[in-house]
This record gives sequence, structure tokens and C-alpha cells, in this order.
Amino acid sequence: MSEIAIIKQGAEAKLYKGVWNGNECLVKERFVKNYRLPELDKTLTKSRIKAEQKTIKRCEDQGIKVPKLFHVDFNERKVYMEYFLKAITAKEYIFRLEKSSDNNALDLLCSKIGSIVGKFHVNNIIHGDLTTSNMLINFNDDGYDVIFIDFGLSSYSAGHEDKGVDLYVLERSLISTHSSLPELFEKMLISYKETNTLSTETIKRFEEVRARGRKRTMVG
Amino acid sequence: MVITLGFEGSANKIGVGIIRDGKVLANVRKTYVTPPGFGFLPKETAEHHREKILGILKEALEVSKVEIKDIDVICYTKGPGMAPPLLTVAIAARTIAQVWNKPILGVNHCIGHIEMGRLITKAKNPTVLYVSGGNTQVIAYSNRKYRIFGETIDIAVGNCLDRFARIIKISNDPSPGYNIEQLAKKGTKYYPLPYSVKGMDISFSGILSEIEKKALPHKANKNRKKKVEDEELPSHEDLCFSLQETIFAMLVEITERAMAHCGSHEVLIVGGVGCNERLQEMMGIMCKERNAKLFATDERFCIDNGIMIAHAGWEMFTTGTRMKWDEATITQRYRTDDVEVTWDVASDE
Ligand SMILES: Nc1ncnc2c1ncn2[C@@H]1O[C@H](COP(=O)(O)OP(=O)(O)O)[C@@H](O)[C@H]1O
Ligand SMILES: [Mg+2]
Repeated sequence: MSEIAIIKQGAEAKLYKGVWNGNECLVKERFVKNYRLPELDKTLTKSRIKAEQKTIKRCEDQGIKVPKLFHVDFNERKVYMEYFLKAITAKEYIFRLEKSSDNNALDLLCSKIGSIVGKFHVNNIIHGDLTTSNMLINFNDDGYDVIFIDFGLSSYSAGHEDKGVDLYVLERSLISTHSSLPELFEKMLISYKETNTLSTETIKRFEEVRARGRKRTMVG
Repeated sequence: MVITLGFEGSANKIGVGIIRDGKVLANVRKTYVTPPGFGFLPKETAEHHREKILGILKEALEVSKVEIKDIDVICYTKGPGMAPPLLTVAIAARTIAQVWNKPILGVNHCIGHIEMGRLITKAKNPTVLYVSGGNTQVIAYSNRKYRIFGETIDIAVGNCLDRFARIIKISNDPSPGYNIEQLAKKGTKYYPLPYSVKGMDISFSGILSEIEKKALPHKANKNRKKKVEDEELPSHEDLCFSLQETIFAMLVEITERAMAHCGSHEVLIVGGVGCNERLQEMMGIMCKERNAKLFATDERFCIDNGIMIAHAGWEMFTTGTRMKWDEATITQRYRTDDVEVTWDVASDE
């Protein structure tokens, strides 16, 4: 294994281009965060690498497209995974479609995203950080696949509250990031309901989480 | 040259500020301090403000050396906040404006914090962490609004700190958060607490109930046969230390997540909790590790004050915002992203 240039710094990790068994790969290093206590940093990093490992495996078992995981190194805080070299984030893709006002393409994207989130939830996978920075658009001959990444905050839960919060996080990030396209979330919910056969209760809880926020007093 | 006067009183501080084109002329404030173990209640807080407001106004006018005839507009906090104190201050502002024959302008409290922070620090287009007794938001500007990227899903960080201060009955003077900070400086042992971030959102209620159990095990478990000896209990210093380290790490983490998501290289901390030096230190280290810049202010401008209302009002007034008398009301819930930004906020693509 070897690492070459740093590609970018994400929300928690530094990403490098590397080589694993002769193949190009992506190395995600959850570097030491000196702002937090060493003991807290250690526990968090370990639990996040574990979460990423477990959830990627679970997604593969359910036939949900995710980056292949090649190797995990807890000491070096590194995960070696499949690198989608030509992919762009859903965030960039939406900005692009927004500029060209391509509504059909937006509808298709929302349908793809909603259906994958539904598949997560029906399988009790909570992503934990559903933003358009954590979805890759990987173009191919027939169009593209949406590939979800960044499972550090993911968990396994059958609870509707957890799933409801997951949807709330998604909605909030869409409203703030893509403010001139207020309909994205509703569009995603259409296909979400198709793949998540238990969506009624989850959506009820999601609405409760949202209502709690609106009712909260804001003193000071 | 535009001179604005601002009244703030949405929580337990009452303040009057006077500003002239970004130059602070007066910033006078008084805090309603309650005894240890007690929070501030709406009615008593309103009474406090009613009693103090004219004295503070007089002092602000004296300090500023401004003549009443030179003031262009009277600004006040329209919301969010507690209804009775908001109302008290709004009525005073309306009366003063009528008597002096000046226009009136209601200002969003959160926008006041952000604009004041930008004025003092000269941050251009930062990711804003707004942390106070009632609010916990990660905010960034785009497309004519301050957008909320992350937020607490239950209680605010300041509320969590204030309630813990009441649990262990420490002084509210000058503020519970300040006293927790001083105790935390002497803490050394870290007690793990629940750590709860959800993407850019955050939750504190689980932490509060867990730390309450640690501080008052008798209360949490009434059936307990063996009484816990006092020396077995975690010290207040260690609990304050553990609480701060946990919740500040969470706040820094969601701020960093928003920065990565938005591609931002500046952070501005505003709101009362924002003057905590440990929070500023942690945020500073995070920024350094990603080549970003941290901007923060001290208690004069971080903690609720009249000048922030005067300044945000100035931004609004000078870009043409006017308010009719029948719009000069209050609202307890008034979100940061409800406000249309009419003034310039750095690069708007
Ligand atoms: N497997 C991958 N292939 C291509 N790009 C990736 C891959 N994984 C991550 N990225 C890029 O790196 C960024 C950060 O990675 P991510 O796993 O989300 O880490 P973080 O937790 O730091 O946000 C992503 O937003 C994406 O642009
Ligand atoms: Mg990410």
C-alpha cells in the first residue's frame, strides 16, 4: 500500500489517492482531532471506522451500491476503499441541473435518492449524515448510479424515531443547501415510500421531530 | 451618516446601544440575576426590564453624547424570545419612538448577533455557530438569507448548561455558563457522556439527563440501599469539565461538517455561549487543522446587547427597510431564515 496526493479534506477525514493490491484506491484517514480530548477522540474515531465497515457490509448484503472496502487499519485510522475517480457529488450535480433548469433530470435524481434512502430504512440502516455531499453520481453508459458514502455516523436500528431523524437531517440539508429548489425533499419522499414499505410510521415520527423543532422556545 | 438606537430584552438581559455607521457610541446592559438553583421566569424578567429600561436609556444617551434629534431610527428586538420581556421592551421602544417622533424597526435577535459579529471581527462570509441560551444553530449565508444548516433537535446548548448549573446549584452571577467555565478549568477527570450528533444537527437532552444522574445519584435512584458517600461522588469541577469537553466537541464537529459541506474557510462564533474561551480554543484548533480562520468576540458583543439590535437595524434601515406602526409587534418564534437579507453579505454568486 502507498499513498500519493491528498485529494480533499472532508468533514472529518483527509482523503488520499492510494494503491491497494496493485489497484488504485481511496484512503480515508480520520486524522487525530487535537481540539478534543485524546480519549474522546480515540473512542469516536474507532466507533466511526467500525460503523463505516459494518454498514458498508450491510449495504452490500442488501444489494445497495456502496464503495467496496479493501482494508481497515485501526492504528493508522485509515480505511482503504474503492475510488470513484470520475464521480461528482450529488450537490455539484444538482447545482449543474439547476443552472440548466433540467427538471426531468432533477426528478430522476430525486427518485433515485429517495428509493435508496427507503431501502436503507426498510433494512434498518440509519445513514446518520444524509447530505448531498455524501452521495456520489457515478456516470456510466446507461446514465449514472447514485452511490452513498460516508457511513461514519451510521447505525443499525429498527426505531422509527431514528429513521424519522434521518429524514429530518436530509430535509434540513436540502432546504439549506439547495434553497432555490424547495421541492427536492417531497420528490424524494415519493420513491422513498415505494421502497420503504413501513414508511407510514416513520414519516409520522419525522413530522413529530420537525414539529418539536418549530415549537421549541428560543429564549436568549 | 445614520445613527440608530437599539433596545434588546428578549431574555434576562436588558440593553440599549447606539451606533453611527459601524462606530459603537454606547452599549449599556443590565442582567437579571436569579439565586442559585433558579432560572429566570417570564413575569419577573419583564418586571426587571421595566424597572431598568429608562435608566439604561438615559445612561446610553449620556455616554454616546448623541443628541436625540440626530437619531434616525429606534430599533428593538421583535423576536425570538420570551413574550413578556419582549413585549415590555417593544412597548417602551414604541413609546420612545412616538414621543421623539422617529420611525421604528423590529429586528430579528439572531440576525443581530450575526451582523454584530461580522462588524466587530470583519469576517466576510463565515460559517456561523450561533450558541446561546435558547438557540444552537450552524448558519451560512446564501441566496439572500442566512440558512440554517444544522440545529439542535431538542434543547439549546446554553439551556443545557444553565440547567446543569441549577442541578448543582452554582451561582448565576454573572451567568451560569461563566461559572461552569471557571469550575471546568479545575477539572481533570473525564466522565464519558452520551455524544449525539446527527449530521449537522445535534442533541443535548440525553447528555443532561446522564450528567444529572452522575451529579445526583440519590435522586436518580431512590431505591438505592447504600447511600453514596459524598467523597465517592464526582466533583463539580470534573463534571463541568466533562460536560464542556463533550458538548463543545460536538459543536466543533457540526461546524466543521457544515464548513466541509459548504466549502467555507471562515468560522464566526456568536451568542452568549460563544464567549466561552475553551469553546473558542477548540474551534481555533479545528480551524487551524483545515486552514480556516476563526472569528469570535468577547462578552461585550457576544452576550445579548442593545448595540447588536442597533447595528442590524442600521443594515436594514440603510438598505430601505421600513416598518409600519401596526407591524411593530413581537413574535416569540422568529427564525433566522425568516429574514430576507437586504444588505450586502460578501460574495453572493
Ligand atoms: N469512494 C469515493 N470515491 C470518490 N470520491 C469519494 C469517495 N469517498 C469520498 N469521496 C469524496 O470525498 C469527500 C469526503 O469523503 P467522506 O467519506 O464524506 O468523508 P468525511 O466524513 O470527511 O465527510 C466526499 O464528499 C466525496 O467528494
Ligand atoms: Mg462526508
